[in-house]
Amino acid sequence: MAKSNKPIFWGLFAAGGTVTAFVTPVLVLLTLFAAMGFSPDLFTYEALRGFAAHWLGKLIILGVIVLSLWHAAHRLRVTVHDFGVRADTVVAYVVYGIAGLGTLMTIIYLLRI
Amino acid sequence: MSEERQIQLEVLRYNPETDSQPRYQTYTVPCVNEWVVLDALNYVKENLDPTLSYRWSCHMAVCGSCGYMINGEPKLGCKAFIHEYGDHIRVEPLANFPIERDLVTVVEDFIAKLASVKPYLIPKEDKPISAGEFKQTPAELKKFKQYTLCINCMLCYAACPQYGLVPEFLGPAAISMAHRYNQDSRDGGRDQRQEVIATDEGVWECSFVGACSEVCPKHVDPAGALQQVKVASTIDWYKEHLMPWVKK
Amino acid sequence: MSRKPYIREVSKTSWFLSQPRYKRYMAREVTCIFIFAFTFLLICALGSLAKGPEAFQSFLHALRSPLGVLLNLAALVATIYHSMSWFDVTPQAMPIQRGEEFVPGNVIVGAHYGAWAVVSLIILIWGI
Repeated sequence: MAKSNKPIFWGLFAAGGTVTAFVTPVLVLLTLFAAMGFSPDLFTYEALRGFAAHWLGKLIILGVIVLSLWHAAHRLRVTVHDFGVRADTVVAYVVYGIAGLGTLMTIIYLLRI
Repeated sequence: MSEERQIQLEVLRYNPETDSQPRYQTYTVPCVNEWVVLDALNYVKENLDPTLSYRWSCHMAVCGSCGYMINGEPKLGCKAFIHEYGDHIRVEPLANFPIERDLVTVVEDFIAKLASVKPYLIPKEDKPISAGEFKQTPAELKKFKQYTLCINCMLCYAACPQYGLVPEFLGPAAISMAHRYNQDSRDGGRDQRQEVIATDEGVWECSFVGACSEVCPKHVDPAGALQQVKVASTIDWYKEHLMPWVKK
Repeated sequence: MSRKPYIREVSKTSWFLSQPRYKRYMAREVTCIFIFAFTFLLICALGSLAKGPEAFQSFLHALRSPLGVLLNLAALVATIYHSMSWFDVTPQAMPIQRGEEFVPGNVIVGAHYGAWAVVSLIILIWGI
């Protein structure tokens, strides 16, 4: 038996699970407010763009999004198995592929701001 | 005098010589509330049906022999008090294990897995007896003490859905026993155990359902041990692949 | 005497219906779908932010729908469930030993809930 390479993904899963546990509920609450139209100036373009333009803001956005993606991707791989699908390698390529695509998009968007 | 009450004890029976599949048999057992389910089984064996097969030995949650599914939950027969149940109690052999006969399961798989993790002290270096004992502080002892309480009763394997789905999985008790020795300040065998437990079929088959720790009669918390093994194995992996110049 | 062990098959697709604790586990696992989806919503927001004010306005407009509210509500429940299930097991995954004794589990869990509240409050005030 060879040692597993799952630690690569599990490391991201664990780090992402922690980050998303701390910040995602409140972020969802804010988008919920926006969706309900609570306040027209809840998300102003200038304020958010200003945050994303700063290097520290970029780093925070990148960290939260990328870690959340890889957390969700790894857990989804396990969940698909739990629902009875045994094509683990294919599932791994698909879910990590989606997370990789999201990572790439985030980097490109951040570079454009 | 304690009160006596009648319970219906429904037991899953299987005779490999005559049965093609298991069947339920119900016994009416006069119980006192202080009894445990194991007492009810002993009553059946002595008074109603001597053909009933089941394992038990110490009657005090030390030997780990009398694990059964009691109303669908993995329990020690000697720790499941009658007064915690209604008048109908269903007893089945531990889930996830093949049935040998009646409540007796086939446990070779677990025994082999337990042995494979080298659950014994492997000293860092040989020391002559004249050099004296291996000393340990109370803090160093405390670090692994809870894992020494495991009695190999296999309730955690019966509770673990991943073991049921993937029988190759090394499982909760074997990995937490490996963790117990890895955490021991006198031990130097971690590298050897990692070859077995840091594999896909080792700790990485675990998805932290946590059921093992919920059913453990000795509060060993195997689920916690497995997560700690994952954290340590992940640190190993990153060190090995991203910082190969760092010596272990 | 020959042996003939009987093997009870476990359903690969419905095993989790057999016990409440398995259902709780699956509920926890399924939260990842909401986190996945919500993170892509954030990426869309970021994309519109990169494009310009009009793109950002149309993103906000698309968000303002009954479906948007409903999905955000579901995501809120799921992500809170994730956070609680995550913090509740921290003493098991990362026990802390101070001197001889281990720090009690409820202290570690409590510290996480406290930090969660502070972080949430800061982001909420900053966001509004």
